Amino acid sequence: MAEAQFEPRIVAFLCRWCAGAGADLAGTSRLRYPPNAVAIRVNCSGRVEPQWVMEAFRSGADGVFIGGCHPGDCHYVSGNYKARRRVHLLKRMLSELGIEPERVRLEWVSATEGAKFARLMHEFVEELRALGPRTDPGEAAPSAALPAPSRRKG
Amino acid sequence: MSHEPPPANRNPGPEAGHRSGVTGRGPRIGVFVCHCGKNIAATVNVEQVVEAISHYPGVVYAARHEYMCSDPGQDLIKKAIGEHRLTGVVVAACSPSMHETTFRRAAEEAGLNPYLLEIANIREGCSWVHEGPETTDKAIRIARAMVEKVKGNHPLSPIEVGHAAKCLVIGGGISGIQAALDIADAGFEVLLVERTPSIGGRMAQLSETFPTLDCSQCILTPKMVEASRHPRIRLLTYSEVAEVTGYLGNYHVVIRKKPTYVDPDKCNLCGDCATACPIRVPSEFDRGLSERAAIYVPFPQAVPSSYTLDEASCLGLNPLRCSECAKVCTAGAIDYDMPEERIEEDVGAIVVATGYDLYEKERMAEYGYGTVPDVIDGLEFERILSAGGPTKGEVRRPSDGKVPKEVVFIQCSGSRDPELHKSYCSKICCMYTAKHALLYRHNVHDGKAYVFYIDIRAGGKDYEEFVVRAMEDERILYLRGKVAKVFRDGDKVVVWGVDTLTGKRVEVAADLVVLAQAMVPSAGTGELARKLRIACGGEGFLKEAHPKLRPLEALTAGIFLAGAAHGPKDIPEAVAQGSGAAAKAIAILSAPVLTHSPEVAEVNEDLCSGCAICVPQCPYGAITPGDVAHVNELLCEGCGTCVAACPSGAMTMRNHTDLQVERMIRAALAEAVEVAGG
Ligand SMILES: Cc1cc2nc3c(=O)[nH]c(=O)nc-3n(C[C@H](O)[C@H](O)[C@H](O)COP(=O)(O)OP(=O)(O)OC[C@H]3O[C@@H](n4cnc5c(N)ncnc54)[C@H](O)[C@@H]3O)c2cc1C
Ligand code: SF4
Ligand code: SF4
Ligand code: FES
Repeated sequence: MAEAQFEPRIVAFLCRWCAGAGADLAGTSRLRYPPNAVAIRVNCSGRVEPQWVMEAFRSGADGVFIGGCHPGDCHYVSGNYKARRRVHLLKRMLSELGIEPERVRLEWVSATEGAKFARLMHEFVEELRALGPRTDPGEAAPSAALPAPSRRKG
Repeated sequence: MSHEPPPANRNPGPEAGHRSGVTGRGPRIGVFVCHCGKNIAATVNVEQVVEAISHYPGVVYAARHEYMCSDPGQDLIKKAIGEHRLTGVVVAACSPSMHETTFRRAAEEAGLNPYLLEIANIREGCSWVHEGPETTDKAIRIARAMVEKVKGNHPLSPIEVGHAAKCLVIGGGISGIQAALDIADAGFEVLLVERTPSIGGRMAQLSETFPTLDCSQCILTPKMVEASRHPRIRLLTYSEVAEVTGYLGNYHVVIRKKPTYVDPDKCNLCGDCATACPIRVPSEFDRGLSERAAIYVPFPQAVPSSYTLDEASCLGLNPLRCSECAKVCTAGAIDYDMPEERIEEDVGAIVVATGYDLYEKERMAEYGYGTVPDVIDGLEFERILSAGGPTKGEVRRPSDGKVPKEVVFIQCSGSRDPELHKSYCSKICCMYTAKHALLYRHNVHDGKAYVFYIDIRAGGKDYEEFVVRAMEDERILYLRGKVAKVFRDGDKVVVWGVDTLTGKRVEVAADLVVLAQAMVPSAGTGELARKLRIACGGEGFLKEAHPKLRPLEALTAGIFLAGAAHGPKDIPEAVAQGSGAAAKAIAILSAPVLTHSPEVAEVNEDLCSGCAICVPQCPYGAITPGDVAHVNELLCEGCGTCVAACPSGAMTMRNHTDLQVERMIRAALAEAVEVAGG
C-alpha cells in the first residue's frame, strides 16, 4: 500500500445537468478512480462562488475541481461562461496568495463523458500529488492569510 | 433477499424539536444508509458509516437497510420520522437522479416537508468507483456534508399561481395558423395577430410546394378559412402587438388594430372600389410584379375576405381628398371614420410565429445590386409560376414579358458567405430551386435551366428523390460552383461562373436569373423580441431556451417559438413546430394552477444595495431592478448565477445558501475520525 504517498484532499463542485450526470455515468460504468474528491452538487457551474473555493482552501483542501457543461450546453444557457470568467479571476487572486492556480481546475464534462470524468479525477489527483501538500501560509494560519468570508448567507 | 432487522444507533439528542428544520432547540436529523444489496455494501462498510454518522452533531438517529427504496426501507424512514421527531432526513444511497422523488414522497407521507430530505450519493459517486478502506471514509464524508446541508434546509412548498386560459399567437403564417388551430381545438381562446391585411404568410405566395408539387393555395386556404371560422379564434389582422407586460401565465398584452376603413361584414369583394381608385402602387403580395390600388385585397383568397384601404398610399383621408371608392361601393362598406382599435387582453401563453423575409437582392453587389432587370428572387419567381400571379402562371420575364428560354438559378445567394453576407445555410433553397427548375421545364418545354450550387442539401423525407428528379431532367444542368458576376448585355443577362468539378469557366447568356436569396427574420423581429423580452441569436432569428432540449421555448417562460421566425424552415417543419409550440402552450393553459419549484433565488432586502449587478446575469430576465432587486419566482430556474454575482450577499438560493455550502465543504474535508470521535 502506498502509505507514504501524499493523498490530496479535493472538493468537487459538479453541475447537476452535465458534470454531475457524467460522474454518475462513471459510476454506472463502474470506472475506477481515486477517492480523493468529495462532490458537492450545484445546479450550475455558474452558482459556484470564488468564496467557496477559498473556504475549501481554508478548510484544508489541496485542490478544488469545478465541473460544468460544455460551452453552449449549459442547462441555463450561459452559467458556464460566467463560471469560466470567475475562475479566471480567482486563479489570479490565488497566485497572489501563494496558492498555485493549478489547484483549481475547471472542466467541461458532458452527461455522456463518464470516462472523461474518471480520467480527470486520475489526472487531477496525480497533478496535486506532484504539487505536493500546500506550502502557502494559509495552512499554517488560515484565518490570517486567507481572506475571511466577506459575507454570510443563511 | 433477507431483510434483517435494521440496526439502529440512537443519539438521545435534544428532546424537543419540531419538523420545520428551523428549530431553536437544534436539528434532529435521521440518516438512512442503504446497502443496495451488494452494490454499496461490497465496497462501503455500511455498519461503519452508520456508526460514524450517528455521532455526528445534529444526527439523532441512524439506520441501515438492504434496500432503502423498497417498501420496508421506506417504512423504516417513515416510522423513524414519527418516532424520533426528525426535522431532517439524509438518505445515503444511489444518485439523487434515481430516487430523490421516491424518498421525498415517503417523507411527505410521514409528515415531514419533502424539501427537508436530501440524498447523499454514495453509490454512483463512491461505492461503484472506488475500492479499499478509503471508500468507507469517503462515504462518511459525503453523508456528513449532506447532513450539514439538511440542517440548513427550510420547509418549502411548490410555488402556485393562477393563469389566464387564453393564448396569443403572433404571426398568421402557416406556423401561427397551425398553432392557433391546435390550441383552439383543445378548448382554449386564441388571439391570432397578423400585421398584414390577411393571414396566410409566405405560403400564400407560393405556387406549388416541394416535394409533392401540390398547389400551395389549395392546401393553405382551407386552413385559413378554418382559423377565421373557429369559434375560439379571434382573428386580428392588420394589427400589431404594442405592449407586453407580466409573466408566465399572466401576460397582459395590448394590441393595436389599424383601421382598414372597410367593414369586412359588408364588403362583398366586388372590387368596384379598386377599379375606381386612381392610385396604383406596387403590389407587396406580387413582390412588385403587379400593381394594386390604394384600396385592395392582397390576393383573392385573403382571409378575412375584405378590402383594405391602405392609408399610406391613399390620396388622403383627413381631409378627405378623393373618396372615389365610397362613391362606387354599393354595399356601403367604406367608413372613412373607422378608428384605430386598442385591444387589451390577459393571456397565459404566447406563441411567436412571425416568419421570414428574403435577404434583399439589392445587397448583392456581385449580382448587380438588384438593378439588372430580369434578375429576380425566389419569391418573385413563385409569383410568376402561380396561376393567380401577375403572368397567370405563364413563365414570362418581368422586363419585356418574353418567355425566357435559358434560365439560371443561383443557389446560396447571400447564404453560406460569412465574409459578405449571411454565414448560415438557408436550408430550403436547394429544394425550392429544384422545384423552380422542374416547374420551369413543365412550363417551357424547349427551355433550358442551369443551377449553380455549392452542394446539395436535401435532408428531408423524399427530398433527395425530388432533387434527383430535377437533376435527371436532361434540360436542367446542375453546375457545381460559384457565380462570380451577373451583368446585362443587350436583352440578355450574362452569368459568369466556374464549374468547380471540371475547373472550367462557364458563361451563360441567360434570359432570366433567379437568386435563391437567404432567408432572414421578418422585419421588426428584433423590436418585437424586445417587447416580449425574449432573445434573438446573432443572425436575428428568435433564440430557443436550449438548442437541443428546449427548441420550442423562448428563454422567457410561457413564450414559445414556431416556424421560420426561429430559423430557416420549410412548411412541414413550420407546421410541426406550430403544433409543438401549441402543445407547450396548452400544457400551461390547461393546468389547474401553475406550479414551480420553490428552490429559487431570493433577495434579502436588508442587504441588497440595488446595484443591479444580478439583473443581466439572469438568462431568464427573472430579476427586476429597483431600490432592491426583485426575483420573479415563477421565472427563476434556480441556476444560482445571480447569487454568485451579488457583491452584497443579498441574493441567496433557497435551501442552497452559501452558509450551507460552506458547512458542506468543511464537513467534506474534516478528518472522518475527528468527527466520528466527537
Ligand atoms: C422561394 C421560396 C419557395 C418556397 N417553397 C417551399 C415549398 O415548396 N415547400 C415548403 O415546404 N416550403 C417552401 N418555402 C418555405 C415556406 O415559405 C416557409 O416554410 C413558410 O412560409 C414558413 O411559415 P411561417 O408561418 O413560419 O412564416 P411566414 O410564412 O413568413 O408567416 C409569418 C407571418 O407573420 C406575420 N408577421 C411578421 N411579423 C409580424 C409581427 N411583428 N406582428 C404580426 N404579424 C407578423 C407575417 O406578415 C406573416 O403573415 C419556400 C420559401 C421560399 C422563399
Ligand atoms: S446584485 Fe445583489 S445587491 Fe445588487 S441588486 Fe442584485 S441582489 Fe441587490
Ligand atoms: S437563480 Fe438564475 S434563474 Fe434564478 S434569478 Fe438568479 S440568475 Fe435568474
Ligand atoms: S448547468 Fe451545467 S454548467 Fe450550467
